Amino acid sequence: MKGNSLPMKGREFLRKKRTPMQLEQILQYSFSGLSTGAIYALIGIGFSIIFNATGIINFAQGEFVMLGGMLTLFFLELLQLPLWAAVPCAVAVSALAGILFERLAIRPLRQPTPINLVIITIAGSILIRGLAMLLWGKDTHAIPPFSGDEPISIAGATILPQHIWILAITVLIIAVNKFFFYHTISGKAMRACSYNRRAASLVGIDVRRMVLLSFIISSVLGSLAGIIVAPLTMTAYDVGIMLGLKGFCAAIIGGMSSGMATVVGGLILGVLESLGAGLISSGYKDAIAFIILLLILFIRPQGLFGKAESERV
Amino acid sequence: MRRELLKFLFFAVLILAAPLVFSGGYLMNVLVFVGINTMLAVALNLLLGYAGQISLGHAGFFGIGAYLSGILTATYGWNAWLAMPLAALVVGTLAGLIGFPILKLKGHYLAMATLGLGIIIYIVFNETVDLTGGPSGLSGIPNLSIGSLVFDNDFKNYYLIWTFGLAVVLFCVNLAGSRVGRALRAVNDSEVAARVMGVNARILKVQVFALSAVISSLAGSLYAHTMTFVSPASFGFNFSVELLTMVVIGGLGSVYGSFLGAALLTLLPELLRGAQDYDIIIYGGLLMSMVMFMPGGLVRGLPELFRRVARRREGAGNA
Repeated sequence: MKGNSLPMKGREFLRKKRTPMQLEQILQYSFSGLSTGAIYALIGIGFSIIFNATGIINFAQGEFVMLGGMLTLFFLELLQLPLWAAVPCAVAVSALAGILFERLAIRPLRQPTPINLVIITIAGSILIRGLAMLLWGKDTHAIPPFSGDEPISIAGATILPQHIWILAITVLIIAVNKFFFYHTISGKAMRACSYNRRAASLVGIDVRRMVLLSFIISSVLGSLAGIIVAPLTMTAYDVGIMLGLKGFCAAIIGGMSSGMATVVGGLILGVLESLGAGLISSGYKDAIAFIILLLILFIRPQGLFGKAESERV
Repeated sequence: MRRELLKFLFFAVLILAAPLVFSGGYLMNVLVFVGINTMLAVALNLLLGYAGQISLGHAGFFGIGAYLSGILTATYGWNAWLAMPLAALVVGTLAGLIGFPILKLKGHYLAMATLGLGIIIYIVFNETVDLTGGPSGLSGIPNLSIGSLVFDNDFKNYYLIWTFGLAVVLFCVNLAGSRVGRALRAVNDSEVAARVMGVNARILKVQVFALSAVISSLAGSLYAHTMTFVSPASFGFNFSVELLTMVVIGGLGSVYGSFLGAALLTLLPELLRGAQDYDIIIYGGLLMSMVMFMPGGLVRGLPELFRRVARRREGAGNA
């Protein structure tokens, strides 16, 4: 509905103010901001799922985003698979990487203090990035768009078919995610873990399996995000750092929720970033996300929509 | 305390005598950087190893020190010895101000917030082209000098850097053994217990954060005057992680461990010439295996390893 009412208002506005460039630009930036925001949201949900199941902030989350894009490219170009086959293969391999990461790095940790967990996930991310660099080199690659690159014009702003793919796939993933967490046994068990791990294990939930499952789900989400964004932004072995951090920023705005709050957080971040880059300065585009991150952490660490929680000692 | 002093004297003699063995050549240049990195690692260790507060933004403080010194001397013609303390003062004030809100955060959140801070600083270095020269860097920074003695070669720089380096090491060894050091460790073990014992944990954490930033800034100024050129690439997120790796490899809460870590990580790329692309994997692998198998770092892990090997050998001898 919003999509329909906006252009109408826009046209009226144009007639009155006679600043067509300005308004079209804002619309344009908002559209592209929404699609990058959707990507941040997916990555942010990945962060939240692991955090809720384990209390870990997985610094390697961004690397799964990178793996998604690079693996798709690998299956497309080197193995000459069609896109519909390359994507599931890439997601499957990323999920496998998620499993290996949990089994080889997180689970064997002898002293799982927060600092050690931060260090081990950072180490893991460096390792994955390094391996990707060795395997695929340092070049930046492009993945062909899913359905051509004929721009579509909406209310004076042009968007690419890939933008629509991103939004549609994101909506689909969020719906599946919602269904999983509220209507399946495993999903409900994971939610139980996030409320109270001990209590969950007392009622017979295998907490360690849920931890593994959370890593699988978030690596799948991350790699999907990496795949759908790659045709727009190109991909390389080191795209994971920034995308991961911005996904984290989305999750922080959403109060580490694995639901709508993080999605809204991602969209807000994407639009603000895109508007800031377009209207203020493109050089400071990346700084916007981190300034928001710091402000939220300082002022509302419970997230933009969360209720204040008293500090537990 | 006397034992600590003897340890320090032994260390100082070792450092001051090193040029007699390695004099001349490229190695001297590397050893200068070992000195700068030791200062940085010791500074980060104060925060991470003693107070238990992680920072992934220390490359930013290092960078501000380097850029302030560089800009004040190269662009505005200041005396380098005047620019250095001013840079340290600015960085200390900045860290003190940002320390209050940032150190309220704990664990993962603190890591992310300091990381964000580091990246913002890095972006500012890149974007304020008029001041910093942007991505292509700032050149023409003068060498330090005392009277007619100009520190313009590796040999002289070695002694210059290590004079500061040894001072920082001595200061931190002293601090660690003092009441403040004990309070820091108490905060690390349990902040609540420390507060119950009358330690003002909040102020103390901010103070050590600022102190650590000041030492990093000092190292940055020295770096700028030795290199005579700075560019943003040296102060990014990767360098913050490298510093973290040094501290963890050496051993949390050990000043000499930080030296070991700094020396190892500075020499490593030199040993791995030709295999340069592999260094990122080696960092990652080292960091991961240290946390998993030697959480105490080299200073604690190596003696334990020797003991275990000796015991096994004994056992084999008996059988």
